[in-house]
Amino acid sequence: MKVHNTLATQTTRRVFATGAISVVAALALSACGGSASTAPSSEATKQDLKAAGAGTITMWVDAERSPALKDITEKFKSDTGIEVKLVVKDFAAVRDDFITQVPTGQGPDLIVGPHDWIGKFVQNGVIAPVELGDKASQFQDSSIKAMTYNGAVYGVPYAIENIALLRNSSIVDSKASTLDEVVANGKKAVAEGKATFPFLVGMDPKQGDPYHLYPLQSSMGSQVFGKNADGGYDAKQLLIGDAAGVEFARKLAAWGDAGEKIINSNITGDIAKEKFLAGESPYFLTGPWNVPDVQKKGIKFAVDELPTAGGEAAQPFIGVNGFFISAKSANALATNEFVTNYLTSESAQDSMYTAGGRPPALKASFEKAASDPVVEAFGKIGATGVPMPAIPEMSAVWADWGATELAIIKGQGDPAEAWTKMAASIKSKIGG
Amino acid sequence: MPEPDLHELPASPASTTPVQPPRGAPHQKAPHQMAPHQKAPHQKAARRKIGNVRGGPDSIKGTILKIVLLGVVDAFAVYVLMMLFLSQSWAALAVSSLVVLAINWFYLRGGGLPAKYLAPGVLFLLVFQVLVVFFSGYIAFTNYGDGHNSTKEDAIAAIQLTAQKRVPDSPTYKAAVLTKGDTFYLLFTDPSGKAQIGSTEAPLTDVSGAGKDATGKANSLPGYETLKFQEIVANQQEILKITVPVSENPADGTLRTADGSTAYQFKPALSYDAATDTFTDSETGTAYRDNGKGAFADADGETLATGWKIDVGMENFARAFTDPSLRGPLLGVILWTFTFSVASVALTFAMGLFLATTFNREDLRGKKVYRILMILPYAFPAFLSGLVWSGILNPEFGWLNQTLLGGANIGWLTDPVLAKISVLVVNVWLGFPYMFLVCTGALQSLPTEIDEAARMDGASPWRVFRSIKLPLLLVSVAPLLISSFAFNFNNFNVIYMLTGGGPRFADTDRDIGATDILITLVYKVAFGQGTGRDYGLASALAIIIFIIVATISAISFKQTKALEDVN
Repeated sequence: MKVHNTLATQTTRRVFATGAISVVAALALSACGGSASTAPSSEATKQDLKAAGAGTITMWVDAERSPALKDITEKFKSDTGIEVKLVVKDFAAVRDDFITQVPTGQGPDLIVGPHDWIGKFVQNGVIAPVELGDKASQFQDSSIKAMTYNGAVYGVPYAIENIALLRNSSIVDSKASTLDEVVANGKKAVAEGKATFPFLVGMDPKQGDPYHLYPLQSSMGSQVFGKNADGGYDAKQLLIGDAAGVEFARKLAAWGDAGEKIINSNITGDIAKEKFLAGESPYFLTGPWNVPDVQKKGIKFAVDELPTAGGEAAQPFIGVNGFFISAKSANALATNEFVTNYLTSESAQDSMYTAGGRPPALKASFEKAASDPVVEAFGKIGATGVPMPAIPEMSAVWADWGATELAIIKGQGDPAEAWTKMAASIKSKIGG
Repeated sequence: MPEPDLHELPASPASTTPVQPPRGAPHQKAPHQMAPHQKAPHQKAARRKIGNVRGGPDSIKGTILKIVLLGVVDAFAVYVLMMLFLSQSWAALAVSSLVVLAINWFYLRGGGLPAKYLAPGVLFLLVFQVLVVFFSGYIAFTNYGDGHNSTKEDAIAAIQLTAQKRVPDSPTYKAAVLTKGDTFYLLFTDPSGKAQIGSTEAPLTDVSGAGKDATGKANSLPGYETLKFQEIVANQQEILKITVPVSENPADGTLRTADGSTAYQFKPALSYDAATDTFTDSETGTAYRDNGKGAFADADGETLATGWKIDVGMENFARAFTDPSLRGPLLGVILWTFTFSVASVALTFAMGLFLATTFNREDLRGKKVYRILMILPYAFPAFLSGLVWSGILNPEFGWLNQTLLGGANIGWLTDPVLAKISVLVVNVWLGFPYMFLVCTGALQSLPTEIDEAARMDGASPWRVFRSIKLPLLLVSVAPLLISSFAFNFNNFNVIYMLTGGGPRFADTDRDIGATDILITLVYKVAFGQGTGRDYGLASALAIIIFIIVATISAISFKQTKALEDVN
C-alpha cells in the first residue's frame, strides 16, 4: 500500500519535473528568440501565454484595499485571460520591500501606495512612468499633479487624502474662517464650561507633527520648497527658513505650552481623538480616517475649511494614493493595459472609494461620492491643497522640521533662532 | 538510486524512529488498525522477516522515506539550479551544485554516520548565520542604500526609462500590432483618422486600405496579420521595444506603445552612449559621466537620480568616526550604551536576586501567587510595554503625573536626564522577572546543608548570603549576566518604543538623541528619516557594535572561569 503510494507520487513528481523542464526550456527558447530580435514567426506568436511568462500580474496591496480590487481583476481576467494576483503586504514595510526586491527581479509588477513614495522609487530606479494620455483630464488636477515627478506621470491615482477641521456643532454652532476666531470660540466654550480644550491637534511626542500643522504654516505664507519650471518641487529652493517661516515659528511659540496652550505638545493623536470623542473640545484638526469613529460616537459635527492664521489660504498637504508599475516588470505591456485601461475606470475607482472612504481621484467617481457631505467637504478642502513633496530630499526635512516645531511648542529656546538653525541643518543635509 | 545499504538504514536521518514503531509518524498506523482489504498481513509478514535480519522493523519504510525525501530535495535542487543557470549566476550555481552533490554523497554512501546528522545543521548554519554575517560584512564595504540600490546596468536602464518624455501637445495615436514575416509592425490611427504603419527599422508611412473597427481605429492591413491581445502579451518584450521614428529628424521623437492599444510620441530627455559611457541631456547638451562613486555626474558634480552599488573599501568605517554630524554624538551614544547596559544588568540582577531570596523562604505563605505576579511583566511583549509606559509617562496626561503626583507636569521622557532614568526604570521593570526566575532556580539548586552548617557555626543570614550563597550563585548565573549585558547592549525595543532615542541632541543635525543606544542609532542610519537609507554605513556600525560586544563578552567569560576556579 505504502509502496504503491510512494511510487505514485514519484511518478507524478517525474511528470511534474518533465513538465517543469519543458516549461523552462520553452522559456529559454523564447528568451533566445527574444534576443535574436527577428525570431517571432507565426509559431512564436501562437505561443501559449504561460510559456512567455505572462500568465499573471502580481500586485502588492494592503489588506484594506485588496477586496476592492476583486471585481476589476476578475473583469480583466475574463477579458484577457490574465490573472492579477493580489499579494497582501504589511503597509509599513511594503515601500522598502519594493525598493529592495525590484532590482533582484523578485518584486511585483504593480504596487499600491501614496504619491510621496515616488521620489524614493525614482531615486532607486524601481518604477516606470505611466502615460495616461487623454485620460489624465478625467482625474482631479491635484491628483495628477501629485503623481507628476520630473515632468512625467508615474502612477494612476485613485484617492485623495487631506486634513480638515472637524467642529463639534453642539458646542460651537457656526463656522469660523480664521484661526483667531477658532481660538476665540474655543476659549469661550472653555470659559462657559462646555469644553476643556479650545482646540485639538494630535502631536507626536517624539517627532512633532509638521503634517498637521502645515495648513497653519502655509496660511502665513511659508512653504517648504519652491517650484521649478515644470511645476515640480525643486530641492535647490529651500524656502522653509524664510521670513514667513520665522514668523510662523514665533506664532507657534505663542500658541504652544508656554503661551496660550492652543497647541499642546503632550496631546498625542490618540489623546486628541479621545478628548474630541468625549466632547471635551469644539475643534479637532484631523483627517478623514477619524471621521468614522466620530460618527459612531454620535457626535454632531461639521467639516469646516481650514482656518487661516496669517491671511493667506490655508493649504493642507494632500496625499494621493495610486498604482505604480515596477521598472522591471516582466509583464510590462499587460500591466500597462490593466493600469491605464482598467484601474482608470469608473467602476474600479468607485469600489476603491467604497473600501477606503477617501475622496476618489476620478472626477466622475468623486461626483458620485460627493453626495456624502463629509466627502464633499474634505474634497473641497483638498482642492485647495498642495501635493506633499515627493522629492527624496523631503525625508531630510521631516525629522528636523518636526523636532524643531516640537521644541518651539514646548517653549525651548528662541523660536526664530531654532527655526533658522533648522533651515540651515536641512540645507546642509540635502547639499543645497 | 543505488541499492540501499541495509545495514545503514536504522541510522539514516530519514528513518529517525525505526526502533519504536508506535512512535513513528502518524500515517504509519500499526498493522492491526489497517482495513482488512489492505495488504497488511502480507506486509506485516514481510516486515517481520526483514526486521529479523536487520534488527529494525521499519527499515523498508525508512529506505523509501529516505529515497523520497532525497528525491524531493533533489527535485527542488534541480529547479533551483536551472533557475540559476538561466539567470547566469555562475558563482551561486557552482556553490549550489557542490552542496547538492555533497548532500547526495552523504546520504547515499554507507558509513559516515556523523556527517548524516551534522549535514542539515551545518547547512542551515551556513545559510542562515555565516552567509548573513558575511553578506552584511560585505555591505559595510559598499555604498548600498537609497539611490545605490542595484547594478550599473539596472541604473542605466532605469535612467533611460524615466528619461522618456511625451512630446508636449503631441496627439494620442490608437495602435494595433501587426506582423509580416518575422517583423512586428505598429499600425497607428491619428486623431483625424489617418492610418500609418511603421516599425523600428521601417519609417512611418501612410497606408490606404486599412480595415477599421467601429471606433474608427485601423486594425488590419492586407498582407499583414493582426495580433490578438493574447498574442501581443505573449510577445510583449518585443513589442515594447518597437520605436517608430516620427520623421527623419530624431528630435521629433519616436512613437511607442506601452499597452498595445495606444501610442504616444516620446522623446528621451537624456540619451545614453554606451561607447563613451555617457548620458547627454538632449536640450542643454550637458554630459553626465560615471563619477566613480556609483552615479552619473556632470562637470559641476550634479548627479542623475538613480545610481548603483559599488565597493567603497573602508570609507564607511572612516565615516563613522570622521563624519562631523556622527563623530560628536557617537562618543556620547557609546558611553550611554555602556551605562545603560551595565546599569540594566546590575539593577535587574539586584532586584531579581532580592526578590528571589525573599520569596525563597520556606515559611512564606502564598509564594506561588507572588511568583506569578512577579513574572507578569515578562509575559508582555517588550515593544508593547514600551508604548504603554510612554503613555503612562506623558507629562500632562500620563497616569504617573496625573494620579500619583497630583497633576505635576514632569517631563519624564522629554528632559535628557529624566528620560535616561525613565528608560532605565522601565527596563528594570521589564527585566527583573528574568533575573528573578534565574536566581530562584539557582537558589533552589544550592545544597541546604551548607546553609545549615554555616548557621550552626553562628553566621548571620547576611554573612551566609554574602560569603556562601552569592559566590555559589554567581558561578551558575554569571554567564547569564554576560548574555544579559549583550542583550541590553542591543535592547532596541525599550529605547525605540519609549523615547525613540529622544530628546534630540542639539549639536548634531542627525536624528540622534540623549537616550539613543548604538543599535537605535544604526536603525536610524539604515532605515530612519534623514537623507535616505544607508545600509553600508549601518552595516559598518553594526560590525563595530559586534566587535565591542564580542570583546567584552570574551573578557567577561574569562573572568567567569576564574570565578569557578576560586570555588
